[in-house]
Amino acid sequence: MSLLITDRSLLWLGALLYLAGFLTGIFGLARRQFPARFRTILNAFLVAGWGFQWLGLYQRGLAAHGCPLGNTFEIVQFVAWSAMLVYFFVGTAFRVSLLGLFTAGYAATLAFVSLLIPHWDLVRGQKLFGENPWIEVHAALAVFSYGVFGLLALTSLMQLLQNWSLKKKRLNGLFWFLPSVVQLEQINYRLIVLGVMLLTISLCVGASWWVRNTDSVHLPKLMVTIGVWLAYFAVLLLRWRGRLVSVRFAWVCLVMFCLALLSLGPINSNRHGYQPVTLSPR
Amino acid sequence: METPTPVLFLLGASHHTAPLAVREKLALDDTRAGALAAQLRQTAGIREFTLLNTCNRVELYGVAQSPDTLAALRATLCAITGCTPAELDSAVALRQNHDAIAHLFAVASGLDSQIVGETEILGQVKQAYDGALEQRWTGPVLNRVFQKTFQAAKHIRTHTGIGSGQISIATVAVDLAGRIFGELAGTKVLVVGAGEIGLKTVQAFQSRGATSITVASRTLAKAEEAAAVAGGWALSMADLPDAVAGADVIASSTSSPGFILTRDMVAAGIKRRPARPLFLIDLALPRDVDPAAAQLSNVFLYNLDDLAKIAEGNLAQREAEVAKCRAILAERTAALWPQVAHSLNHAPRG
Repeated sequence: MSLLITDRSLLWLGALLYLAGFLTGIFGLARRQFPARFRTILNAFLVAGWGFQWLGLYQRGLAAHGCPLGNTFEIVQFVAWSAMLVYFFVGTAFRVSLLGLFTAGYAATLAFVSLLIPHWDLVRGQKLFGENPWIEVHAALAVFSYGVFGLLALTSLMQLLQNWSLKKKRLNGLFWFLPSVVQLEQINYRLIVLGVMLLTISLCVGASWWVRNTDSVHLPKLMVTIGVWLAYFAVLLLRWRGRLVSVRFAWVCLVMFCLALLSLGPINSNRHGYQPVTLSPR
Repeated sequence: METPTPVLFLLGASHHTAPLAVREKLALDDTRAGALAAQLRQTAGIREFTLLNTCNRVELYGVAQSPDTLAALRATLCAITGCTPAELDSAVALRQNHDAIAHLFAVASGLDSQIVGETEILGQVKQAYDGALEQRWTGPVLNRVFQKTFQAAKHIRTHTGIGSGQISIATVAVDLAGRIFGELAGTKVLVVGAGEIGLKTVQAFQSRGATSITVASRTLAKAEEAAAVAGGWALSMADLPDAVAGADVIASSTSSPGFILTRDMVAAGIKRRPARPLFLIDLALPRDVDPAAAQLSNVFLYNLDDLAKIAEGNLAQREAEVAKCRAILAERTAALWPQVAHSLNHAPRG
């Protein structure tokens, strides 16, 4: 029995539940209604999916004796998990309609892609954090901030759709259920503040250890990491000053997140001591 | 000799059955409604009744001892309203038993209304029933029928799209503002022009919680007069460029031959509050707002045609739901009728 309950099977279950949540939302939309009971079912699927994903990552963490951030597979899973966690707070606080549907689709996509590309989970870095809990905190916060930026990209996409529907006067279907422009502006602003804050703390923690051993981080990782932080920090400053708002802000957040995802490659290349994954049976 | 079977009936006229001139004659003010009720109480064979009297319909629902009683009822209606029997026969529809229930269900659900899916009628039916209940004009049959009517109407409203989407210009505009600003309580509304349509729009915004209202007009006196009605502030047209920056919603309805709000004026206004959207509602003909303003980021411009198109679309959507509603109501009528028939046959005879 325990052979069946592996970390990957738990992660598969999580992904399937996210997909079920997404399909529930789509079914509700197809009926041209999105009543409370659909939102409740959707959220129940997401909570269950998040729980199984957490269990899967927890099992990996136990086996690796550290944060499960040892390869691209784990990082992508962690980004999806973080985005879902942030959604639980944002969605509840703002009662944002359709954000659950978008987050379900996004998390399901990330989870399935990572599960379906075996190459991402063939090897895993060993002793990544040098058994230093602070470096582990640095890595976890950095990846968590990617989860926040992922959710920001989703709310930005929703803002672009809402703006397009209002400008083009196409107000039916999916557009009917989107949150208001002002609400999305407020959420976006808070998310970028949160994301930049988390990434800043992460880099501060990482930098305090890096100065003691500057050879520990390869130059490409250093440059890309600082580049991502600088870019998001600049966007936050421009938004705060009112120079980058509305549609342009949403576009920038969307493009930035795509670039940030691409940056995971160079960041991950810094890893050394890769070994085949032997966490639990496939 | 066989005992006649009591009947549940509806006798009445609405915009579907009678032209306006006849409906005017049939309309019952309080005095005439009271007189009719008094007559009905004295009419032998009328066991229960309720009078639904709205601007579009006069309908009498009741339980008669036998179908023959209904002839006396027509004579009473002619006497009270002053209609000739011929006029009454051409304008009034009579439905009995199952058909009467089906009609009441459709009326209360808004399917029979001039504006399909409107909700006001349900309140009017409730009011009519409450009045009748208070006066003890109803009995076991009508009580059951009306209670089931309210349940059916509620079911229709929550399980179909019959009431979705706004269908008047002002409420469509308010709905759009909700999609831009969410809650409208803190939204600043500027009305340019003190005409009727502008004030109606203000009322629609106020009904959704907007409290900050400013009225601008060519003369300050006229603006002050309109602002007093709307419960807001007044300003003259000279202050309009500054006011644009402070407003979230601008509804313009002047009779000016040229643009009141130019693209440059709107651009200057939005530049001073770039993160907050601006909703422009152009209710004037010829237009008050330069269409080029719509190209500005964070500015949403809707003119009369746009709003009318949305209202028509919403109405079409409601009408598309009618068949679904009728099917639901037919099921409920079929389920209720045997119970009502039983009550009719077993109720004590007056």
